[in-house]
Amino acid sequence: MSLLTPDPGLLFWMLFSFGIVFFILAKFGFPVIVKMVEERKAYIDRSLEAAKEAHLRLEGIKEESEKLLSQARDEQVRMLRESNDMRTKIINDAKEQAREETGKIMNEAKTAIQKEKEAALRDIKQQVAQLSIDIAEKILRKNLSDKPAQMELVDKLIAEAQKN
Amino acid sequence: MERKMKNNKQILSVIAGLIRNPLTFIVLFLFFGTYIIHAEDETPELNVSELILEHVGDSYDWHITTFGHTHVSIPLPVIVKGQTSGWHIFSSAKFHHGHAEYQGFHIAHEGDYKGKIVETSASGEEVRPWDFSLTKNAASLLLSSLVLVILILICANWYKKREGQPENASPNGFVAFVEWVIMSVVDGVIKPCIGKNYQRYTPYLLTAFFFIIFNNLVGLIPLFPGGANVTGNIAVTSVLALFTFAIVNLFGTKEYWKEIFWPDVPAWLKVPIPIMPAVEFLGIFTKPFALMIRLFASILSGHALILGLTCMVFLTVRLGVAMNIGMSVFSVILSIFSDCVELLVAYIQAYVFTMLSAVYIGLSQVEPHHVKVKK
Repeated sequence: MSLLTPDPGLLFWMLFSFGIVFFILAKFGFPVIVKMVEERKAYIDRSLEAAKEAHLRLEGIKEESEKLLSQARDEQVRMLRESNDMRTKIINDAKEQAREETGKIMNEAKTAIQKEKEAALRDIKQQVAQLSIDIAEKILRKNLSDKPAQMELVDKLIAEAQKN
Repeated sequence: MERKMKNNKQILSVIAGLIRNPLTFIVLFLFFGTYIIHAEDETPELNVSELILEHVGDSYDWHITTFGHTHVSIPLPVIVKGQTSGWHIFSSAKFHHGHAEYQGFHIAHEGDYKGKIVETSASGEEVRPWDFSLTKNAASLLLSSLVLVILILICANWYKKREGQPENASPNGFVAFVEWVIMSVVDGVIKPCIGKNYQRYTPYLLTAFFFIIFNNLVGLIPLFPGGANVTGNIAVTSVLALFTFAIVNLFGTKEYWKEIFWPDVPAWLKVPIPIMPAVEFLGIFTKPFALMIRLFASILSGHALILGLTCMVFLTVRLGVAMNIGMSVFSVILSIFSDCVELLVAYIQAYVFTMLSAVYIGLSQVEPHHVKVKK
Protein backbone atom coordinates (compact mmCIF):
# COMPACT_ATOMS: atom_id res chain seq x y z
CA MET A 1 0.00 0.00 0.00
CA SER A 2 2.91 2.32 0.72
CA LEU A 3 3.69 2.26 -3.00
CA LEU A 4 0.42 4.02 -3.73
CA THR A 5 0.61 6.69 -1.05
CA PRO A 6 2.85 9.57 -2.00
CA ASP A 7 5.43 10.30 0.66
CA PRO A 8 5.24 13.96 1.74
CA GLY A 9 9.02 14.27 2.02
CA LEU A 10 9.56 13.06 -1.51
CA LEU A 11 6.65 15.22 -2.70
CA PHE A 12 8.47 18.20 -1.26
CA TRP A 13 11.78 17.28 -2.90
CA MET A 14 10.08 16.59 -6.21
CA LEU A 15 8.23 19.93 -6.13
CA PHE A 16 11.49 21.61 -5.18
CA SER A 17 13.69 20.01 -7.83
CA PHE A 18 11.15 19.97 -10.65
CA GLY A 19 10.21 23.56 -9.87
CA ILE A 20 13.82 24.67 -10.11
CA VAL A 21 14.49 22.61 -13.24
CA PHE A 22 11.32 24.02 -14.81
CA PHE A 23 12.24 27.57 -13.87
CA ILE A 24 15.80 27.38 -15.17
CA LEU A 25 15.07 25.45 -18.34
CA ALA A 26 11.95 27.43 -19.20
CA LYS A 27 13.87 30.66 -18.79
CA PHE A 28 17.37 29.94 -20.06
CA GLY A 29 17.18 26.55 -21.74
CA PHE A 30 14.54 25.57 -24.22
CA PRO A 31 13.33 28.97 -25.45
CA VAL A 32 16.89 29.87 -26.47
CA ILE A 33 17.32 26.63 -28.39
CA VAL A 34 13.87 26.65 -30.00
CA LYS A 35 14.17 30.32 -30.94
CA MET A 36 17.57 29.79 -32.51
CA VAL A 37 16.37 26.74 -34.43
CA GLU A 38 13.38 28.66 -35.75
CA GLU A 39 15.64 31.55 -36.67
CA ARG A 40 17.92 29.18 -38.50
CA LYS A 41 14.93 27.65 -40.25
CA ALA A 42 13.76 31.09 -41.31
CA TYR A 43 17.28 31.86 -42.50
CA ILE A 44 17.39 28.67 -44.55
CA ASP A 45 13.96 29.44 -46.01
CA ARG A 46 15.11 32.93 -46.89
CA SER A 47 18.29 31.59 -48.46
CA LEU A 48 16.33 29.09 -50.51
CA GLU A 49 13.99 31.82 -51.67
CA ALA A 50 16.93 34.01 -52.59
CA ALA A 51 18.58 31.15 -54.44
CA LYS A 52 15.37 30.51 -56.33
CA GLU A 53 15.12 34.16 -57.24
CA ALA A 54 18.75 34.28 -58.29
CA HIS A 55 18.19 31.20 -60.39
CA LEU A 56 15.20 32.83 -62.04
CA ARG A 57 17.14 35.99 -62.65
CA LEU A 58 20.01 34.01 -64.09
CA GLU A 59 17.58 32.26 -66.38
CA GLY A 60 16.30 35.69 -67.49
CA ILE A 61 19.79 36.93 -68.09
CA LYS A 62 20.59 33.86 -70.11
CA GLU A 63 17.51 34.33 -72.23
CA GLU A 64 18.28 37.98 -72.71
CA SER A 65 21.85 37.31 -73.69
CA GLU A 66 20.71 34.68 -76.15
CA LYS A 67 18.29 37.17 -77.63
CA LEU A 68 21.05 39.76 -77.87
CA LEU A 69 23.33 37.24 -79.46
CA SER A 70 20.80 36.28 -82.11
CA GLN A 71 20.08 39.94 -82.74
CA ALA A 72 23.76 40.58 -83.23
CA ARG A 73 23.98 37.64 -85.59
CA ASP A 74 21.08 39.03 -87.64
CA GLU A 75 22.71 42.42 -87.70
CA GLN A 76 25.94 40.87 -88.84
CA VAL A 77 24.23 39.03 -91.66
CA ARG A 78 22.41 42.17 -92.69
CA MET A 79 25.59 44.21 -92.64
CA LEU A 80 27.43 41.57 -94.62
CA ARG A 81 24.71 41.55 -97.21
CA GLU A 82 24.69 45.34 -97.37
CA SER A 83 28.41 45.55 -97.72
CA ASN A 84 28.27 42.91 -100.38
CA ASP A 85 25.67 44.91 -102.28
CA MET A 86 27.67 48.04 -101.82
CA ARG A 87 30.77 46.35 -103.15
CA THR A 88 29.06 45.07 -106.26
CA LYS A 89 27.50 48.46 -106.79
CA ILE A 90 30.82 50.24 -106.41
CA ILE A 91 32.52 47.83 -108.78
CA ASN A 92 29.73 48.24 -111.34
CA ASP A 93 29.83 51.99 -111.03
CA ALA A 94 33.55 51.98 -111.42
CA LYS A 95 33.29 49.75 -114.47
CA GLU A 96 30.65 52.04 -115.97
CA GLN A 97 32.73 55.11 -115.30
CA ALA A 98 35.82 53.48 -116.68
CA ARG A 99 33.95 52.52 -119.79
CA GLU A 100 32.71 56.06 -120.22
CA GLU A 101 36.14 57.43 -119.57
CA THR A 102 37.80 55.13 -122.08
CA GLY A 103 35.11 55.94 -124.64
CA LYS A 104 35.76 59.61 -124.15
CA ILE A 105 39.51 59.19 -124.37
CA MET A 106 39.16 57.06 -127.49
CA ASN A 107 36.97 59.66 -129.14
CA GLU A 108 39.36 62.39 -128.23
CA ALA A 109 42.23 60.33 -129.59
CA LYS A 110 40.31 59.66 -132.78
CA THR A 111 39.58 63.32 -133.37
CA ALA A 112 43.15 64.22 -132.55
CA ILE A 113 44.40 61.61 -135.03
CA GLN A 114 41.92 62.91 -137.58
CA LYS A 115 43.21 66.45 -137.08
CA GLU A 116 46.82 65.31 -137.25
CA LYS A 117 46.03 63.43 -140.41
CA GLU A 118 44.33 66.41 -141.95
CA ALA A 119 47.20 68.64 -140.91
CA ALA A 120 49.70 66.19 -142.32
CA LEU A 121 47.76 65.98 -145.56
CA ARG A 122 47.59 69.74 -145.77
CA ASP A 123 51.30 69.88 -145.16
CA ILE A 124 52.02 67.27 -147.78
CA LYS A 125 49.84 69.13 -150.24
CA GLN A 126 51.71 72.33 -149.56
CA GLN A 127 55.05 70.61 -149.85
CA VAL A 128 53.96 68.91 -153.08
CA ALA A 129 52.84 72.28 -154.42
CA GLN A 130 56.07 73.84 -153.27
CA LEU A 131 58.01 71.03 -154.87
CA SER A 132 56.08 71.40 -158.10
CA ILE A 133 56.74 75.10 -158.05
CA ASP A 134 60.43 74.51 -157.30
CA ILE A 135 60.69 71.96 -160.03
CA ALA A 136 58.90 74.21 -162.39
CA GLU A 137 61.17 77.05 -161.46
CA LYS A 138 64.32 74.99 -162.00
CA ILE A 139 62.97 73.71 -165.27
CA LEU A 140 62.19 77.19 -166.36
CA ARG A 141 65.63 78.37 -165.27
CA LYS A 142 67.44 75.78 -167.49
CA ASN A 143 65.72 77.32 -170.46
CA LEU A 144 63.75 75.12 -172.24
CA SER A 145 66.56 74.40 -174.75
CA ASP A 146 66.97 70.83 -175.11
CA LYS A 147 64.15 68.48 -174.94
CA PRO A 148 66.17 65.45 -173.90
CA ALA A 149 68.08 67.54 -171.53
CA GLN A 150 64.88 68.81 -170.20
CA MET A 151 63.61 65.35 -169.66
CA GLU A 152 66.85 64.37 -168.00
CA LEU A 153 66.52 67.28 -165.80
CA VAL A 154 63.00 66.43 -164.87
CA ASP A 155 64.08 62.94 -163.98
CA LYS A 156 66.97 64.25 -161.98
CA LEU A 157 64.76 66.63 -160.14
CA ILE A 158 62.26 63.97 -159.42
CA ALA A 159 64.99 61.75 -158.07
CA GLU A 160 66.24 64.55 -155.89
CA ALA A 161 62.79 65.19 -154.66
CA GLN A 162 62.43 61.55 -153.88
CA LYS A 163 65.71 61.59 -151.98
CA ASN A 164 64.54 64.50 -149.97
CA MET B 1 60.65 -5.66 -14.01
CA GLU B 2 60.10 -5.44 -17.74
CA ARG B 3 58.95 -9.02 -17.82
CA LYS B 4 56.40 -8.29 -15.14
CA MET B 5 55.11 -5.34 -17.14
CA LYS B 6 54.82 -7.58 -20.18
CA ASN B 7 52.88 -10.14 -18.16
CA ASN B 8 50.58 -7.46 -16.87
CA LYS B 9 49.99 -6.21 -20.38
CA GLN B 10 49.15 -9.71 -21.54
CA ILE B 11 46.68 -10.17 -18.73
CA LEU B 12 45.11 -6.81 -19.45
CA SER B 13 44.70 -7.63 -23.14
CA VAL B 14 43.10 -10.97 -22.26
CA ILE B 15 40.67 -9.23 -19.93
CA ALA B 16 39.93 -6.58 -22.55
CA GLY B 17 39.26 -9.32 -25.08
CA LEU B 18 36.94 -11.05 -22.66
CA ILE B 19 35.05 -7.86 -21.94
CA ARG B 20 34.66 -7.18 -25.61
CA ASN B 21 32.96 -10.51 -26.12
CA PRO B 22 29.45 -10.41 -24.70
CA LEU B 23 29.19 -14.18 -24.60
CA THR B 24 32.09 -14.55 -22.20
CA PHE B 25 30.52 -11.79 -20.19
CA ILE B 26 27.40 -13.83 -19.76
CA VAL B 27 29.41 -16.95 -18.90
CA LEU B 28 31.39 -14.98 -16.32
CA PHE B 29 28.19 -13.60 -14.93
CA LEU B 30 26.75 -17.07 -14.61
CA PHE B 31 29.94 -18.33 -13.01
CA PHE B 32 29.95 -15.63 -10.38
CA GLY B 33 26.21 -15.93 -10.07
CA THR B 34 26.48 -19.58 -9.07
CA TYR B 35 29.34 -18.70 -6.77
CA ILE B 36 27.15 -16.22 -4.95
CA ILE B 37 24.37 -18.75 -4.74
CA HIS B 38 26.68 -21.26 -3.08
CA ALA B 39 27.78 -18.62 -0.64
CA GLU B 40 24.22 -17.78 0.20
CA ASP B 41 23.11 -21.36 0.42
CA GLU B 42 23.12 -21.30 4.21
CA THR B 43 21.16 -18.08 4.46
CA PRO B 44 17.38 -18.29 4.74
CA GLU B 45 15.33 -18.48 1.57
CA LEU B 46 15.09 -15.44 -0.63
CA ASN B 47 11.92 -13.47 -0.21
CA VAL B 48 11.47 -12.20 -3.74
CA SER B 49 8.48 -9.94 -3.23
CA GLU B 50 10.15 -8.26 -0.26
CA LEU B 51 13.38 -7.81 -2.23
CA ILE B 52 11.57 -6.29 -5.19
CA LEU B 53 9.47 -3.99 -3.03
CA GLU B 54 12.58 -2.88 -1.22
CA HIS B 55 14.33 -2.10 -4.51
CA VAL B 56 11.48 -0.20 -6.10
CA GLY B 57 10.68 1.61 -2.87
CA ASP B 58 12.57 4.37 -1.19
CA SER B 59 15.29 4.11 1.45
CA TYR B 60 17.27 6.34 3.73
CA ASP B 61 20.66 5.24 2.43
CA TRP B 62 21.83 4.52 -1.07
CA HIS B 63 22.70 0.87 -1.12
CA ILE B 64 25.34 0.06 -3.72
CA THR B 65 26.37 -3.53 -3.10
CA THR B 66 26.99 -6.10 -0.40
CA PHE B 67 30.22 -8.07 0.04
CA GLY B 68 29.56 -11.00 2.35
CA HIS B 69 28.11 -9.25 5.35
CA THR B 70 29.41 -5.72 4.70
CA HIS B 71 26.91 -3.38 3.11
CA VAL B 72 28.45 -0.79 0.84
CA SER B 73 26.09 2.17 0.82
CA ILE B 74 26.12 5.93 0.83
CA PRO B 75 24.51 7.44 3.91
CA LEU B 76 22.11 10.26 3.10
CA PRO B 77 21.00 13.15 5.31
CA VAL B 78 17.93 12.59 7.43
CA ILE B 79 15.86 15.72 8.05
CA VAL B 80 12.96 15.20 10.44
CA LYS B 81 10.81 17.32 12.69
CA GLY B 82 9.66 15.41 15.73
CA GLN B 83 6.25 15.92 17.34
CA THR B 84 7.82 17.61 20.32
CA SER B 85 11.57 17.60 19.79
CA GLY B 86 11.77 19.99 16.80
CA TRP B 87 14.10 19.69 13.82
CA HIS B 88 16.82 17.06 13.56
CA ILE B 89 19.40 16.70 10.83
CA PHE B 90 21.77 13.75 10.93
CA SER B 91 23.31 11.11 8.69
CA SER B 92 21.31 8.00 7.99
CA ALA B 93 24.44 6.03 8.92
CA LYS B 94 23.41 6.56 12.56
CA PHE B 95 20.64 4.00 12.08
CA HIS B 96 23.20 1.30 11.17
CA HIS B 97 20.98 0.10 8.33
CA GLY B 98 17.87 0.22 10.43
CA HIS B 99 19.24 -1.65 13.40
CA ALA B 100 19.74 1.29 15.79
CA GLU B 101 17.75 4.16 17.24
CA TYR B 102 19.05 7.70 17.14
CA GLN B 103 17.72 10.81 18.89
CA GLY B 104 14.42 9.03 19.52
CA PHE B 105 13.94 8.06 15.87
CA HIS B 106 14.20 4.65 14.31
CA ILE B 107 13.17 2.89 11.12
CA ALA B 108 9.97 0.89 11.54
CA HIS B 109 10.29 -2.79 10.66
CA GLU B 110 6.60 -3.54 10.40
CA GLY B 111 3.24 -1.90 10.57
CA ASP B 112 1.83 0.92 8.46
CA TYR B 113 5.11 2.81 8.40
CA LYS B 114 7.35 -0.09 7.50
CA GLY B 115 10.70 1.16 6.23
CA LYS B 116 9.98 4.73 7.28
CA ILE B 117 11.41 6.77 10.11
CA VAL B 118 9.14 6.82 13.14
CA GLU B 119 9.39 8.12 16.66
CA THR B 120 7.79 6.70 19.74
CA SER B 121 5.23 9.07 21.15
CA ALA B 122 4.55 9.59 24.83
CA SER B 123 1.75 7.04 24.73
CA GLY B 124 4.15 4.43 23.35
CA GLU B 125 2.77 4.42 19.82
CA GLU B 126 4.88 4.70 16.69
CA VAL B 127 4.10 8.01 15.00
CA ARG B 128 5.44 9.52 11.82
CA PRO B 129 7.40 12.76 12.26
CA TRP B 130 7.56 15.41 9.52
CA ASP B 131 10.05 13.68 7.31
CA PHE B 132 11.94 15.72 4.71
CA SER B 133 14.89 13.36 4.55
CA LEU B 134 16.95 13.37 1.43
CA THR B 135 16.11 9.77 0.61
CA LYS B 136 17.55 7.67 -2.19
CA ASN B 137 14.85 8.84 -4.58
CA ALA B 138 15.17 12.48 -3.52
CA ALA B 139 18.96 12.35 -3.91
CA SER B 140 18.66 10.69 -7.31
CA LEU B 141 16.09 13.31 -8.27
CA LEU B 142 18.39 16.17 -7.29
CA LEU B 143 21.37 14.59 -8.99
CA SER B 144 19.62 13.93 -12.27
CA SER B 145 17.95 17.36 -12.17
CA LEU B 146 21.37 18.93 -11.81
CA VAL B 147 22.82 16.89 -14.68
CA LEU B 148 19.80 17.60 -16.86
CA VAL B 149 19.98 21.33 -16.22
CA ILE B 150 23.70 21.35 -16.98
CA LEU B 151 23.28 19.36 -20.20
CA ILE B 152 20.48 21.54 -21.51
CA LEU B 153 22.24 24.74 -20.51
CA ILE B 154 25.37 23.58 -22.35
CA CYS B 155 23.25 23.26 -25.48
CA ALA B 156 21.49 26.56 -24.86
CA ASN B 157 24.85 28.23 -24.36
CA TRP B 158 26.05 26.83 -27.66
CA TYR B 159 23.14 28.59 -29.37
CA LYS B 160 23.48 31.73 -27.31
CA LYS B 161 27.05 32.16 -28.54
CA ARG B 162 25.73 32.17 -32.09
CA GLU B 163 22.85 34.51 -31.48
CA GLY B 164 22.15 36.71 -34.49
CA GLN B 165 24.18 34.57 -36.88
CA PRO B 166 21.87 31.76 -37.90
CA GLU B 167 24.21 30.79 -40.73
CA ASN B 168 26.68 29.38 -38.17
CA ALA B 169 24.13 27.70 -35.93
CA SER B 170 24.09 24.17 -37.29
CA PRO B 171 25.42 21.98 -34.49
CA ASN B 172 27.18 18.63 -34.53
CA GLY B 173 27.32 15.75 -32.09
CA PHE B 174 25.62 16.08 -28.75
CA VAL B 175 24.04 19.47 -29.33
CA ALA B 176 22.65 18.28 -32.66
CA PHE B 177 21.20 15.22 -30.98
CA VAL B 178 19.51 17.28 -28.27
CA GLU B 179 18.23 19.67 -30.90
CA TRP B 180 16.84 16.77 -32.88
CA VAL B 181 15.01 15.44 -29.81
CA ILE B 182 13.69 18.89 -28.88
CA MET B 183 12.46 19.67 -32.37
CA SER B 184 10.92 16.24 -32.83
CA VAL B 185 8.89 16.87 -29.66
CA VAL B 186 8.00 20.41 -30.69
CA ASP B 187 7.08 19.57 -34.28
CA GLY B 188 5.69 16.10 -33.68
CA VAL B 189 3.79 16.56 -30.43
CA ILE B 190 3.40 20.10 -29.19
CA LYS B 191 2.52 21.90 -32.41
CA PRO B 192 -0.14 19.48 -33.69
CA CYS B 193 -1.67 18.87 -30.24
CA ILE B 194 -2.00 22.46 -29.04
CA GLY B 195 -2.37 24.46 -32.20
CA LYS B 196 -1.72 28.12 -32.69
CA ASN B 197 -0.76 29.11 -29.13
CA TYR B 198 1.75 26.34 -28.74
CA GLN B 199 4.79 28.55 -28.09
CA ARG B 200 3.56 29.51 -24.66
CA TYR B 201 3.59 25.89 -23.51
CA THR B 202 6.73 24.50 -25.18
CA PRO B 203 9.03 25.26 -22.21
CA TYR B 204 6.85 23.34 -19.77
CA LEU B 205 6.18 20.40 -22.08
CA LEU B 206 9.84 20.10 -23.07
CA THR B 207 10.91 20.27 -19.43
CA ALA B 208 8.43 17.54 -18.56
CA PHE B 209 9.58 15.40 -21.48
CA PHE B 210 13.27 15.70 -20.70
CA PHE B 211 12.73 15.34 -16.96
CA ILE B 212 10.78 12.12 -17.41
CA ILE B 213 12.96 10.52 -20.07
CA PHE B 214 16.16 11.44 -18.25
CA ASN B 215 14.97 10.01 -14.95
CA ASN B 216 13.57 6.95 -16.71
CA LEU B 217 16.92 6.27 -18.36
CA VAL B 218 18.94 6.96 -15.22
CA GLY B 219 16.65 4.57 -13.38
CA LEU B 220 17.54 1.81 -15.84
CA ILE B 221 21.26 2.02 -15.09
CA PRO B 222 21.82 -0.67 -12.48
CA LEU B 223 25.03 0.84 -11.06
CA PHE B 224 25.39 3.53 -8.44
CA PRO B 225 24.30 6.92 -9.79
CA GLY B 226 21.27 5.30 -11.37
CA GLY B 227 18.98 2.53 -10.31
CA ALA B 228 16.61 4.56 -8.17
CA ASN B 229 13.00 4.07 -9.09
CA VAL B 230 12.29 7.79 -9.40
CA THR B 231 9.65 8.02 -12.11
CA GLY B 232 8.06 4.86 -10.77
CA ASN B 233 7.28 6.65 -7.54
CA ILE B 234 3.82 8.06 -7.14
CA ALA B 235 5.02 11.21 -5.36
CA VAL B 236 7.12 12.14 -8.39
CA THR B 237 4.45 11.42 -10.98
CA SER B 238 1.80 13.17 -8.90
CA VAL B 239 3.82 16.39 -8.91
CA LEU B 240 4.25 16.14 -12.68
CA ALA B 241 0.52 15.54 -13.10
CA LEU B 242 -0.17 18.45 -10.76
CA PHE B 243 1.84 20.78 -12.96
CA THR B 244 -0.11 19.68 -16.03
CA PHE B 245 -3.35 20.08 -14.09
CA ALA B 246 -2.41 23.59 -13.03
CA ILE B 247 -1.33 24.67 -16.49
CA VAL B 248 -4.41 23.22 -18.17
CA ASN B 249 -6.84 24.89 -15.79
CA LEU B 250 -5.04 28.17 -15.15
CA PHE B 251 -4.76 29.03 -18.82
CA GLY B 252 -8.08 27.52 -19.92
CA THR B 253 -10.23 29.76 -22.09
CA LYS B 254 -13.78 30.86 -21.31
CA GLU B 255 -15.04 28.39 -23.86
CA TYR B 256 -13.24 25.59 -22.01
CA TRP B 257 -15.09 26.36 -18.78
CA LYS B 258 -18.33 26.83 -20.65
CA GLU B 259 -17.97 23.39 -22.19
CA ILE B 260 -17.53 21.94 -18.73
CA PHE B 261 -20.43 23.62 -16.97
CA TRP B 262 -22.81 24.15 -19.90
CA PRO B 263 -21.83 21.66 -22.61
CA ASP B 264 -23.52 21.44 -26.02
CA VAL B 265 -25.89 18.59 -25.14
CA PRO B 266 -29.68 18.27 -24.95
CA ALA B 267 -31.04 20.40 -22.12
CA TRP B 268 -32.43 17.50 -20.10
CA LEU B 269 -28.84 16.32 -19.57
CA LYS B 270 -28.08 19.62 -17.86
CA VAL B 271 -31.26 20.56 -15.96
CA PRO B 272 -32.54 19.75 -13.43
CA ILE B 273 -29.86 17.17 -12.65
CA PRO B 274 -26.52 18.36 -14.09
CA ILE B 275 -25.37 14.97 -15.37
CA MET B 276 -23.06 16.15 -18.11
CA PRO B 277 -21.54 19.02 -16.13
CA ALA B 278 -20.77 16.56 -13.33
CA VAL B 279 -19.12 14.16 -15.78
CA GLU B 280 -17.16 16.97 -17.39
CA PHE B 281 -16.14 18.32 -14.02
CA LEU B 282 -14.90 14.91 -12.97
CA GLY B 283 -12.92 14.83 -16.19
CA ILE B 284 -10.82 17.77 -15.01
CA PHE B 285 -9.39 15.52 -12.31
CA THR B 286 -9.36 12.15 -14.03
CA LYS B 287 -7.15 13.40 -16.84
CA PRO B 288 -4.12 14.30 -14.70
CA PHE B 289 -4.87 11.33 -12.46
CA ALA B 290 -4.52 9.06 -15.48
CA LEU B 291 -1.23 10.76 -16.33
CA MET B 292 0.04 10.14 -12.82
CA ILE B 293 -0.96 6.48 -12.68
CA ARG B 294 0.19 5.64 -16.19
CA LEU B 295 3.76 6.83 -15.73
CA PHE B 296 4.02 5.48 -12.20
CA ALA B 297 2.66 2.04 -13.05
CA SER B 298 4.60 1.44 -16.23
CA ILE B 299 7.97 2.41 -14.79
CA LEU B 300 7.33 0.57 -11.54
CA SER B 301 6.29 -2.59 -13.36
CA GLY B 302 9.36 -2.35 -15.59
CA HIS B 303 11.66 -2.22 -12.58
CA ALA B 304 9.78 -5.03 -10.89
CA LEU B 305 9.93 -7.18 -14.02
CA ILE B 306 13.69 -6.86 -14.42
CA LEU B 307 14.28 -7.48 -10.71
CA GLY B 308 12.02 -10.52 -10.82
CA LEU B 309 13.85 -11.94 -13.82
CA THR B 310 17.18 -11.42 -12.10
CA CYS B 311 15.89 -13.11 -8.95
CA MET B 312 15.03 -16.17 -11.03
CA VAL B 313 18.75 -17.02 -11.09
CA PHE B 314 18.82 -17.25 -7.30
CA LEU B 315 15.43 -18.87 -6.91
CA THR B 316 16.24 -21.84 -9.12
CA VAL B 317 19.31 -22.86 -7.07
CA ARG B 318 17.29 -25.43 -5.19
CA LEU B 319 16.22 -27.14 -8.40
CA GLY B 320 19.72 -28.49 -9.10
CA VAL B 321 22.76 -27.28 -11.00
CA ALA B 322 21.57 -28.13 -14.53
CA MET B 323 18.19 -26.53 -13.99
CA ASN B 324 19.84 -23.55 -12.36
CA ILE B 325 22.22 -22.97 -15.26
CA GLY B 326 19.42 -23.40 -17.78
CA MET B 327 17.13 -21.00 -15.99
CA SER B 328 20.00 -18.56 -15.49
CA VAL B 329 20.67 -18.41 -19.23
CA PHE B 330 16.95 -18.02 -19.79
CA SER B 331 16.75 -15.28 -17.19
CA VAL B 332 19.74 -13.38 -18.59
CA ILE B 333 18.29 -13.49 -22.10
CA LEU B 334 14.92 -12.33 -20.85
CA SER B 335 16.54 -9.61 -18.75
CA ILE B 336 18.43 -8.26 -21.75
CA PHE B 337 15.24 -8.34 -23.76
CA SER B 338 13.18 -6.59 -21.10
CA ASP B 339 15.96 -4.04 -20.59
CA CYS B 340 15.65 -3.17 -24.26
CA VAL B 341 11.89 -2.99 -23.87
CA GLU B 342 12.36 -0.71 -20.87
CA LEU B 343 14.56 1.59 -22.93
CA LEU B 344 11.68 1.85 -25.35
CA VAL B 345 9.22 2.32 -22.50
CA ALA B 346 11.39 5.08 -21.03
CA TYR B 347 10.95 6.99 -24.27
CA ILE B 348 7.32 6.05 -24.87
CA GLN B 349 6.18 7.07 -21.40
CA ALA B 350 7.92 10.43 -21.64
CA TYR B 351 6.40 10.86 -25.08
CA VAL B 352 2.93 9.84 -23.95
CA PHE B 353 3.02 12.09 -20.90
CA THR B 354 4.09 15.05 -23.03
CA MET B 355 1.59 14.25 -25.75
CA LEU B 356 -1.37 13.85 -23.39
CA SER B 357 -0.40 16.99 -21.50
CA ALA B 358 -0.28 18.80 -24.83
CA VAL B 359 -3.64 17.35 -25.82
CA TYR B 360 -5.20 18.47 -22.51
CA ILE B 361 -3.69 21.93 -22.92
CA GLY B 362 -4.98 22.00 -26.49
CA LEU B 363 -8.44 21.08 -25.25
CA SER B 364 -8.34 23.95 -22.76
CA GLN B 365 -7.53 26.37 -25.58
CA VAL B 366 -10.82 25.84 -27.43
CA GLU B 367 -12.25 28.80 -29.28
CA PRO B 368 -15.99 29.24 -29.59
CA HIS B 369 -16.96 27.19 -32.65
CA HIS B 370 -20.35 28.80 -33.29
CA VAL B 371 -18.59 30.91 -35.86
CA LYS B 372 -17.77 27.77 -37.76
CA VAL B 373 -21.40 26.66 -37.78
CA LYS B 374 -22.54 29.96 -39.25
CA LYS B 375 -20.16 29.49 -42.12
